[in-house]
Order: sequence, then C-alpha cells, then structure tokens
Amino acid sequence: MKVLVPVKRVIDYNVKVRVRADGTGVDLANVKMSMNPFDEIAVEEAIRLKEAGKADEVIAVSIGVKQAQETLRTALAMGADRAILVVASEDVHQDIEPLAVAKILAGVVKEEAPGLVLCGKQAIDNDMNATGQMLAALLGWSQATFASELSVEGDTATVTREVDGGLQAIKVRMPAVVTVDLRMNEPRYASLPNIMKAKKKPLEEKAPADYGVDVTPRLAVVKTTEPAARKAGVMAKSVEELVDMLKGAGVV
Amino acid sequence: MAILLIAEVTDGQLGLDATAKAVSAVKSLGEVHVLCAGARAQEAGQQAATIQGVAKVLVAEDPALGHRLAEPTAALIVGLASGYSHVAAPATTDAKNVLPRVAALLDVMVISDVTGVIDADTFERPIYAGNAIQTVKSSDKVKVLTIRTAGFDAAPTGASALVEAVSGAQDAGLSQWVEDKVAKSGRPELTSAPVVVSGGRGIGSKENFAVVEALADKLGAAVGASRAAVDAGYAPNDWQVGQTGKVVAPNLYVALGISGAIQHLAGMKDSKFIVAINKDAEAPIFQVADFGLVADLFEAVPALTEKL
Ligand SMILES: Cc1cc2nc3c(=O)[nH]c(=O)nc-3n(C[C@H](O)[C@H](O)[C@H](O)COP(=O)(O)OP(=O)(O)OC[C@H]3O[C@@H](n4cnc5c(N)ncnc54)[C@H](O)[C@@H]3O)c2cc1C
Ligand SMILES: Nc1ncnc2c1ncn2[C@@H]1O[C@H](COP(=O)(O)O)[C@@H](O)[C@H]1O
Repeated sequence: MKVLVPVKRVIDYNVKVRVRADGTGVDLANVKMSMNPFDEIAVEEAIRLKEAGKADEVIAVSIGVKQAQETLRTALAMGADRAILVVASEDVHQDIEPLAVAKILAGVVKEEAPGLVLCGKQAIDNDMNATGQMLAALLGWSQATFASELSVEGDTATVTREVDGGLQAIKVRMPAVVTVDLRMNEPRYASLPNIMKAKKKPLEEKAPADYGVDVTPRLAVVKTTEPAARKAGVMAKSVEELVDMLKGAGVV
Repeated sequence: MAILLIAEVTDGQLGLDATAKAVSAVKSLGEVHVLCAGARAQEAGQQAATIQGVAKVLVAEDPALGHRLAEPTAALIVGLASGYSHVAAPATTDAKNVLPRVAALLDVMVISDVTGVIDADTFERPIYAGNAIQTVKSSDKVKVLTIRTAGFDAAPTGASALVEAVSGAQDAGLSQWVEDKVAKSGRPELTSAPVVVSGGRGIGSKENFAVVEALADKLGAAVGASRAAVDAGYAPNDWQVGQTGKVVAPNLYVALGISGAIQHLAGMKDSKFIVAINKDAEAPIFQVADFGLVADLFEAVPALTEKL
C-alpha cells in the first residue's frame, strides 16, 4: 500500500505573526517557515506504517510556492520515499484554498492510487480544517478526522478521534482519508545522514494544470486586521488582595 | 433565500446553547431552517423549534445518521441544500467533520470558524491562531460556514416553529461507529459555562488537578486545560482550550499554571475577565490577564478556594 501525505509550508508556530499595516495580509517576508506541525505528525505516522510493514511507499506532496521544496526535503529526511511539488503560486502571500488543494490532491491520488491519505487536521496559517474532508468528498472515500490513534488491518482502519465530548472510535473502509491530531505521535527529528540522503531522493515538479485544476480563490480577502488587544491588568500582592479585587470587580 | 442551519444533536440531545448562538449569527441573512439529524432527533427537533428566529425545523431520523458519521450526514445535507443560500452550523467537531465534505460535494469553499457576519457574502474569521482577523467575500453560489459561537449571544427560546420530517440518508457503508469514550461530569459544559477554571503543565499531575477542580466547583465552573496538561495525561482531551481545542469566552476565565502560549490564548482571550496565577512573573498570560497573582499555585489556589 502507498501512503500519500500532503504537507504544507507554513509560518513556524513559534513566530509572532505581524499583520501588515496596509491590511493586505500578514508579513511573510524573512519569516521562519516550517512544515505544518500536524503534517509532521502525519509524516511520522506514515513512516511508522512503513516500518511496521503495513505500507510500502510514503509519498509527500506539497502545493504552493517553489520554496515548499524545503518542506518536502524535510519529509524526505524524516523517511518519506519520494515527493511531489505542485507549484501553484509564485507569491508567498498567495494561499491556495483547501478546495483547490483537495482537487489537486484528488488528481495525485488518481495517478498514484494510494490506500491511505494522511493529512494534518488543520493548517496553522489559515486554520481552515477542511482539506482532508474535501478530498474524501471528491474521491467518494471514507474519512476519519482528528485522529489520535490509527491502526490498519487489511482493508479497514480503526481510528480514535478527538471530539468535543471526548473520544470516538470508528472503523473506516480503505482507501480512506485520515486527518491527524496532535496526540497521535511524537515526530522524529531527521538525522544528519538522513538529511544528506534526502537530497538524492526523487522530487517531481508539477503544475495545477497537469491535474486540470483552476486554483482561482473562491474567497476574496477583503482585508486582514489585528484582533482587538487586551489592556494590561492589575497584579495582586496576595491571595487576600486577589479575593478583594475579584469581589470588587463583581466577577465572583 | 433561506438558511439551512445544522443543529448540534448528540445522542438525540440538542446542543441548545450552540445551536441558539448559531441562530443569532445567521438570522440577519434570511429565514432560518434548522436541521436536526440523528438516529433519534424528534425531541431535539421539538426543542429547536422553540428557538426564536427559527422559521422551520427539519427532522431527519435514521439509524444511518446515528453517530453523526460524516459520509451519510453529508449526503443528507447535500440532498437538502438546493434552495438554500447558506448552509451553516456551530463550529463543533461534528460540524468541522461534516461541513467541509458538504462544501466539496457542492463545489464551494467552506468558511470555517466565522466570528462575524458582515453581509450575505462577507464574513470575518480568525487566522494564525487568532493573531489576525480576515474578512473574506465569497463568490460561491452557496455559502457553507461554521460559526464560532463564543462571540454570539444565544437566541432566546419561547417560540414554536413548524416541525417537519425529512428523509434522504444514504449509507454507503464507508464507515462504522465502534464506541464513544465520554467522561460524564456533573460540571457545566466547557463552551457554554459562564466561568471556566483551567490548569496547565504547572499542575504537575493528574492527581493535582483536584486543586483546579476544587476551585471550579466552588465557582460552579467548567474545567479546562492547556495542551501541555492534556498531552501529559493530567486532563482528558475534551478539556483542551486553544487553537486546536475548544474556544471559550466565559465571563470569567481562571488560568492556573498556564504560561499563555499564543495557541492557548487563541481559545480564551475573548473571555470577558481573565485571572491568572503563575509563579513566573514574566509569564505571557499576565499580558492578557485583568488580574494576576505571582505565586505558587499549590499554596494560592487552595487559599483562594477557601476564601471565596
Ligand atoms: C500546532 C499547535 C497547536 C497547539 N494547540 C494548542 C491548544 O489548542 N491549546 C493549548 O493550550 N496549547 C496548544 N499548543 C501548545 C502551546 O504552544 C504550549 O506548548 C502550551 O499551551 C503550553 O501549556 P502550558 O502553559 O500548560 O505549559 P508551559 O508553557 O510549560 O507552562 C507552565 C506554566 O506553569 C507555571 N508553573 C509551574 N509550576 C507552577 C506552580 N507550582 N505554581 C504556579 N505556576 C507554576 C510555569 O511558570 C509556566 O508558566 C499548540 C502547539 C502547537 C504547535
Ligand atoms: N498547500 C498545501 N499543500 C499540501 N498539503 C496541504 C496544503 N494545504 C492543506 N494541506 C493539507 O491539509 C491539511 C489541512 O489543511 P487546512 O484544511 O488548510 O486546514 C494540512 O495539515 C495538510 O496536510
């Protein structure tokens, strides 16, 4: 079985995001970019499936700017076998929407015929939480979202999902799309020898037109603004004072 | 045109608060029709009909809709969607599971976590863990949106809308429910509680969470946690507040032993009043707290619980 892992290049989660003064978006020039944290977990899980003999090939795919090569090289250094880069934009500020990403991924799936697509649950830049579900819809496949545990047996996958009420376990028929949540595993670091080896692994370049997909956004960004800031508060010197302050403010 | 609002229905029970808040969010867009779907949904439908601003309730009862599995639920919604300008739902994990699937089947984008409705095509939503607010205008024929309910007031009840049965669930047998692991608690529900007390890594162990829970019980509060506390096994996953957990905006949020990472703030910084106790005076949580106390929580929290 092949496992396909879509990985997105996003602003590093430790970077403090700055909204551009002219309201056209957030500043991404000279900012540290990394693989979306959820996608690292998905890559890790795919590699573990391969190590357990349940998968024979792990293919990482990224859609975006040319620089997403680096993200794919990271996936290859972690242990993915090969990579596909779909160059869909030249501007780092142009985000490709989940619907277009899902359509391109559906095209990749038709060519590669994986038994499993392991996506992240959400990209930490647009916070959409949509691509995996959309891909499953376009393919007519089953979906298991927000997964914290995955076990593959024959043509079914048993998935534990993190939901509002706690945990839900479901069985899905494969091929399936699974979106991974944070507690599924601890992704490994790529070792130096593996980083070197990754440079020689195949990385194929494609364009949206190869899959017949139009990436024109459906949602036009009217403006991007800073959220309302909270004003600095008051420090209490003791528990007694805090109790008085709380009572004084009428919150307890 | 009318709005198809998917109600939150769990095991036959209506999530009244989430649904009523979503009604408030969308009612300016047109007539609101609420869909209650499930293996049992009749009672939920009757209750949804009492929400003011709801013109009609559609009840879809079918065993295939039992555990809100994405595939049959999305098929049902797509079958009902024609004639509606908007398909919306409160941004629960159920809706986030199902609505993107619905949107793709309709060949439209989904607009996730809407915090503001500007007009029929234009919506506000947070991006980058709430560090920026984006206003987007949709050119799609149908708008599919999930509503982040924390910022909307629940529509009052007391109405009695028409309730109508619908069918159309198709189960292709793609997925199958196995079990729910749900911890029952007598405490208020996290996303609707007026007071939330949360603990972080500073709590140190599952046993120590009793300190958090004692204060919560004193305040009649729900209990929340940071991701670090959940990852460490101190608290269950459904207590997590933040970018990838629940979003809360209670009247009072108390953060204990939580540093205040942006991903945590994303889930609670719209609370009306924030109180933080942390032994580190430099902890970023103090930058958003209305009242702060630099102290060892194991001394301060029991004392606070006692004095309140
Ligand atoms: C993609 C992604 C998504 C994430 N999503 C979320 C999310 O949804 N929610 C979330 O919370 N986090 C999330 N995180 C994690 C987040 O970045 C932080 O790691 C996490 O919030 C830290 O939790 P914490 O504040 O409990 O722990 P820490 O940062 O370790 O802070 C512990 C605090 O406790 C204090 N403390 C220790 N002992 C005591 C004591 N005895 N008395 C008083 N104070 C004490 C310390 O001074 C410290 O400030 C996410 C991270 C990533 C990468
Ligand atoms: N441009 C992209 N390239 C590759 N994978 C993506 C891209 N956008 C989204 N994904 C995948 O879809 C998941 C969810 O993203 P989103 O729906 O944008 O929140 C991510 O964690 C990735 O696995």
